Amino acid sequence: MIPLSWYLAVAAIIFCLGLYGALARRNAIGVLMGIELMLNAVNINLVAFWRYVTPELLTGQVFAIFVITVAAAEAAIGLALIISIFRNRQTVIVEEVDMMKW
Amino acid sequence: MTLEQIVFLVLAVAAVGTAVGVVTNRNILYSAFLLIGCLFMIAGFYVLLEAPFLAAVQVLIYVGAIAVLIIFAVMLTENLMQRKRAWNEQWWVAILVAVALAAVLLYVVVTAQWQVSQLETPSDVITALGQALMSTYILPFEVASVLLLMALIGAIVVAREEKEEGK
Repeated sequence: MIPLSWYLAVAAIIFCLGLYGALARRNAIGVLMGIELMLNAVNINLVAFWRYVTPELLTGQVFAIFVITVAAAEAAIGLALIISIFRNRQTVIVEEVDMMKW
Repeated sequence: MTLEQIVFLVLAVAAVGTAVGVVTNRNILYSAFLLIGCLFMIAGFYVLLEAPFLAAVQVLIYVGAIAVLIIFAVMLTENLMQRKRAWNEQWWVAILVAVALAAVLLYVVVTAQWQVSQLETPSDVITALGQALMSTYILPFEVASVLLLMALIGAIVVAREEKEEGK
């Protein structure tokens, strides 16, 4: 049997890598990929806690499914925004998209 | 060490390795391909955790839809981006924040006493999951469908090319 803490440790490492990607990348698509990594790490945690703490309930799996649904919606909208910005400003660098910054 | 643990360690090394590649590779297209690898490894974790439905959903939605969408966006927006800097000036702050958070999380994970249940998973998880989605979780299920519809329409509206009047 794999200890629960192994899953949590891997998820924590992937979450922090995604956090670094989301904070440090200049390319907006890279930022989005970091966010996807973070969401995946959270999903690993949800499923691991479901399996090890409450396998008789299904809440963990249902939550993971809803997280995946929201992630899909977020990716679709985010990439549409990036493509729209690229068409209007010819850039996907987040620092160069600052027309709303006062 | 059991076979299960060896499989887990292989998956873990591969997942963390590809995740490092995703955030450190200068070429955003290579990052996207490494992201696909990482998502596959996470599907492997779901198989180990006895959640086969989630593993299938992971491969179908993340690898099949989101990763392909990201690669499409990279292809559509690529214009000599490799020559520019890949990281902003605050990258070292980001490293500090990420390492500090990782240290705190790993400390908590390793030292905490987790209350592990000895129960086995139900034999037909997928049936139970379908019934739960259609009974207990019917409201969030319907809200999720509306959310997806709005995201679909919103993405089309936002990404559509503006046509000038009279054309």
